[in-house]
Formats: sequence, C-alpha cells, structure tokens
Amino acid sequence: MADVAETRKFIEIEVLRYRPEQDSEPFLQIFEVPFTDDMSVLQGLQYIKDYLDGSLSFRWSCRMAICGSCGMMIDGKPRLSCKTFLRDFHPGRVRVEALAHFPIERDLVIVMDDFIDKLESIKPYIIAKEPRTLEQGEYLQTPAERDVYEQFSSCINCLLCYAACPQYGLNPEFVGPGIMALLHRYNVDSRDGGAAQRMDVVNAEEGVFNCTAVGYCSEVCPKHVDPANAVNQNKTLSAKDYFLRFVTPKGGAR
Amino acid sequence: MKPAGKRSNAPIFWSLFGAGGMLAALIGPMLVFITGIAVPLGLVLPADAMSYPRMLAFAQHWIGKGFLFAVVALFLWHAGHRIYHSLHDIGIHAGMGARLACYGLAMLGTVLAAWWLLAIGF
Repeated sequence: MADVAETRKFIEIEVLRYRPEQDSEPFLQIFEVPFTDDMSVLQGLQYIKDYLDGSLSFRWSCRMAICGSCGMMIDGKPRLSCKTFLRDFHPGRVRVEALAHFPIERDLVIVMDDFIDKLESIKPYIIAKEPRTLEQGEYLQTPAERDVYEQFSSCINCLLCYAACPQYGLNPEFVGPGIMALLHRYNVDSRDGGAAQRMDVVNAEEGVFNCTAVGYCSEVCPKHVDPANAVNQNKTLSAKDYFLRFVTPKGGAR
Repeated sequence: MKPAGKRSNAPIFWSLFGAGGMLAALIGPMLVFITGIAVPLGLVLPADAMSYPRMLAFAQHWIGKGFLFAVVALFLWHAGHRIYHSLHDIGIHAGMGARLACYGLAMLGTVLAAWWLLAIGF
C-alpha cells in the first residue's frame, strides 16, 4: 500500500495580505497547503489560519453558499470561496484576493459600508399596498405573482456582482447590480406599494443609467439571480416615467 | 442612509440610443448590402437603383424624407452615446467636453440632415 504522506497533494495558495497597522500597501503571500479533492478554497484558507498563519483575516460563515460572506477574487474572478474547489486549480497555483472595487479593511475583508448604505436607501422590505389588520388575515399571492420576483429574491448580498461590474469600479456612486435586483424584487411584488419611493433611486444620476449592459454581474452570481435583467427592466421603467410623469397620475413609475 | 440624488436626464439620450440601436440592428446590414455591395457591383438590384434622379425622387417624397432623417439622426445618436460611454470605459471621464463632442456632433448631424432634406423640396 502506498504511503499516505506520498499521495498527499499540495497546492500553492497565493493570498493578498494587508494589515493596515504594519503594511503600507497590500502584497501577495504564498502558502503551501495540503488538500483533498473535496476541499474548497475557503477550507484552504482555514487551513492557513489554523496551521500556518493565524493572523490571516477573511469573512465566512455557512460554508454552503447561502450566507454570502466569503466572496473573494479567486484567480481574478469574483467567486464564493466555499463554492470554489482547490482541485480545479491543481497542479497550478491559485490566487486569492479581496473583492475588487471595494476598499480593503484587512487581508481578504473588504469595507462594505457603501453597499449597506445603498441597501437601506431602497427600503428592502415590503411596504404594504393596502395594510391589513390581523383579522383580515395574510397577504395572499398567486404562484404567477410570485414568479415575477422570485429569482431576484435569491440574492444573498455577497457582492460578487459589484466586484464584476466595471461601471461600479469606475464610479462607486453607481447604485450597482445587486441593489437594483433587490429593489426590483420589492417593486414588482404584488403585495408592495413602495415602488414610487424606490424609483427615486433608479431615476437618480447615480441610478440605473450608469449601466452599460456588460452583463458580467449576472454571469458571476452564485444564486442565479439576473441583476442585469433587473437593471434593464428598470431602464425602460425609468425612461417611461421620465417622459410620462406629467401625464400619468402620481406613482406612475410602476 | 443617503437620500436619492438628482434625477438623471439620461432617459433622453438612452431612448435615442435605443431607437438608433434598434433601427441599426434591423436595417443596418441591409443598407450596407444595398449601398455598399449590391448596387456598386450590379448584383440583384438594377444598375440604376441608386441613380441621382431616383434618389432625388426618393428624398423628395415625404416617406423617403422620414426614412432618411430617421436613419441619419438615430444612427448618429446611437453612435454618439456609445462613444461617450466607451470613452468613460477606457478612462477618459465624461466631462462636459466629451458630452459636447459626442452628443453635439449627433445634434449637428440631426440639424443638418433636417435642413438638407427640407432644402431638397417636395
């Protein structure tokens, strides 16, 4: 029988480091990590933290592509590190960097304040069209009404689409793909009546027209949301509202 | 939480861009084929299909005028908008200069097209 040590595979993980208290700028550090075929890039990073360098910082939580915490640039592409496997890069080296287009807090941890601010600005909750009392019962919805927004509700706020969006990279004022998908999710919900308030975000100079229809946002989304589609639909809605706002009653943005 | 900013006037340019893109996609290749290949090489169409008297008559009819105006103006607005955004993409950030150059040229072309089409008479 073959010696276990001999069959053990190693991969080089090149990690972008930045510790603001001691580094003047980010730099790449290479770690040699033993791995098995079922190990994700996240598990590789956890190995580094546990056995090679405890100071390495990165965000993670669920390990199953649902929490949206572990987005990173892996070999230059925005991906969830829990959903990306080391075996796919072996025998080459895999480079892991902080998500593009965001300031780095520390190592692979980015500052996401900009996203949170924008998220709050779109009121990401249902603003009841016709408020109901408890006695009136729940807000009912048909399957067809649910289908209109369902895919957009799968967003897990992982920010991969922001790291993919060249327009967000050029101008971080741009509201961006993920927020547009979430905004659309509520605006087209049959129970919601808040579209007119949210359309101010769509219509603004920082709004939907900064998009140049690249479509990479939808390609990198780990939850098969199509933010580019939400953006496109809202370009049409915003243009319609722009030209028809004087002839339609208030709230014509819908 | 920050309030939504000033309303963008992009819908004006985006609509012209969209209309021009749609028109270009629908008839652009056909126009290239007719004006650039078929007529010069004498293929498919009669040799005098684009002769001066025919084209003049075309441009003097109100339908012909409308077609020529739409093609010239909307193609220009489409191109202007595309170039404006492409300049931004390659790092030339859209100031007033880029805006004037791109949309200004489209506007100039639109005005000239209208002027000439009207000057030809009916």
